[in-house]
Amino acid sequence: MYRLTTRTRAGTVTAIIVPIFIVAALALPIVASRGVIQDLFFILTMLTLAQIWNLLAGYGGLVSVGQQAFVGIGAYAMFAGVILLGWNPVLAIPLGGLAALVLAVPTAFFAFRLQGAYFAIGTWVIAEVTRLLVAQWKALGGGTGTSLPREATSSILGTDAIRALFGVREAAARDVMAYWLALALVVVVTGGIYWLLRSRLGLALAAVRDNVDAAQSVGVDTGRLRWAVFLIAAAATGLTGALIFLQTARISPSAAFAVTDWTANVIFIVVIGGIGTIEGPILGVLVFFALRSALADYGSWYLMTLGLIAVVVMLFAPKGLWGLIASRNGPHLFPVRRRLTGPKIEGGI
Amino acid sequence: MIWLDTLVQGILLGGLYALFAAGLSLVFGIMRLVNLAHGDLIVLAAYLVLMGVTLLGLSPWIATLVAMPMMFALGWLLQAAVLNRVLGKDILPPLLVTFGLSVALQNGLLEAFSADSRRIPVGALEGASLDLGLVTVGIMPLMTFASAIVMIIALNGLFYHTALGRAFRATSDDAVTAGLMGIEPKQIFAIATGIAMVVVTLAALYLGMRANFDPSIGPARLIYAFEAVIIGGLGSLWGTLAGGIIIGVAQTFGAALNPEWQILAGHIAFLAVMLLKSRGLFPRAVD
Repeated sequence: MYRLTTRTRAGTVTAIIVPIFIVAALALPIVASRGVIQDLFFILTMLTLAQIWNLLAGYGGLVSVGQQAFVGIGAYAMFAGVILLGWNPVLAIPLGGLAALVLAVPTAFFAFRLQGAYFAIGTWVIAEVTRLLVAQWKALGGGTGTSLPREATSSILGTDAIRALFGVREAAARDVMAYWLALALVVVVTGGIYWLLRSRLGLALAAVRDNVDAAQSVGVDTGRLRWAVFLIAAAATGLTGALIFLQTARISPSAAFAVTDWTANVIFIVVIGGIGTIEGPILGVLVFFALRSALADYGSWYLMTLGLIAVVVMLFAPKGLWGLIASRNGPHLFPVRRRLTGPKIEGGI
Repeated sequence: MIWLDTLVQGILLGGLYALFAAGLSLVFGIMRLVNLAHGDLIVLAAYLVLMGVTLLGLSPWIATLVAMPMMFALGWLLQAAVLNRVLGKDILPPLLVTFGLSVALQNGLLEAFSADSRRIPVGALEGASLDLGLVTVGIMPLMTFASAIVMIIALNGLFYHTALGRAFRATSDDAVTAGLMGIEPKQIFAIATGIAMVVVTLAALYLGMRANFDPSIGPARLIYAFEAVIIGGLGSLWGTLAGGIIIGVAQTFGAALNPEWQILAGHIAFLAVMLLKSRGLFPRAVD
């Protein structure tokens, strides 16, 4: 008679609208200019990174300031696959995810030894070490970096078909391919996190977030849970890093391991949008992009503003913009909360 | 002899890192707050001292004495107006707020002072050295190290021999019970952050006199400071000095082997200590 459900009316609407959105986004390159496609690529990859960081910090309680380690190592692994092994760049992207997963094991081993807040700086140290080590990798350009060779970028899987389909130049076709991959990645990552949060693992995560002791007392293995979340997040971040640098086709340690680009911006997106929700990063990335476009000409004022906005949001609206919209009975577009439904109990509980 | 020289340089460099770390350690010890903007606050203080020297024509020492109360006020205000609001059981809000501050501060400094690297002019002292027979040491590194020791003695004195220190320790142990005894924890936190900023100003003076600095170098100082604190073990200032020395020695030896390895060697030493003793070398605090 009684059922546990996460279904809400807004959730049903989402389930109908999202596929329509995805189809429209897939077809967009037919009409959109190259600049729009590049902007959307940026938005989609930042959204992917934001969803992953949100899973780590918002749900897993793991405040990592070292995600640039996984972006960087993922990108470098993809470059290594192309330059050293001669793989097609698109096929080398999974190498990025794999490399990030491998790096995540020692990272977690060290960082999990650090209690609470020190975990954050611990991940930052690992990212610095990785950057300095990669800068010694002379085959990939050492400290100055390198570019994808011309043969590799001109033969990226699928670009010939796109050129024939849309009648565009090779570079534009490459952007379309990267855009589609970014779209696929953001759908898989967001969908995957949504699925994860509704699974047993997600229930365990929510339990740990609400009360660690209570969660442990009902048999949640918090140690294993932290490892699982950290490794999943690292692998997904590595894939995203590989894709980002497939599009730029040029890499250097300072760009691939940039704490501002791959961690600070991502954190601001999540905090401004609303930490601990799937809707938050989506809203956050739109605000971020709007601010970025509006303040593009003001150099460092832009990052300063972004940092201060994040501080103000954290002080006065810790649940972010989405928290303001959805406070109490607002819409839950991606419902993950389990509710008991069934006939009304007489007398009430 | 070159190795002995490298060792001595490394030990003296450790004094600078201990200065960076003491403020961080103080704040963490009292309120369990990790201030991710610590490095950028050091850089801010360095610019304050530099302005005192270049605009007002003060000597670096006087400029530091002038900057210290200003930094104390800034720290007090930062804690009272911002950080006290986010302190709590959840570690996420204070981390994110200080991270936001770090980025804002870095870019604010960039806008105010440009990306040019600057240095606090000290005149003849800069190149002066002392011949100790076996090794020759610079006066400046020697003064840094001596300052670190004096600062640690002063902080320990404050901690263990004054009423304020007793309030610090009581609040650190149990803020609620301290509150019952008539201590206002938030007031204590604000004073502690203010004192940490005074230490930061001293660190900034040596940072600025010994090497070039620019607005972007804050995060790296935060990381060195953090490594020194963790190696030393939480809660012990002498441990923090030992941690700073280990990082310093690792860096100078790394640099002696290959200049590109200097920073890396420091980090590797940190990771090695973490691997062997995850609570640091001289842990005092239980958390």
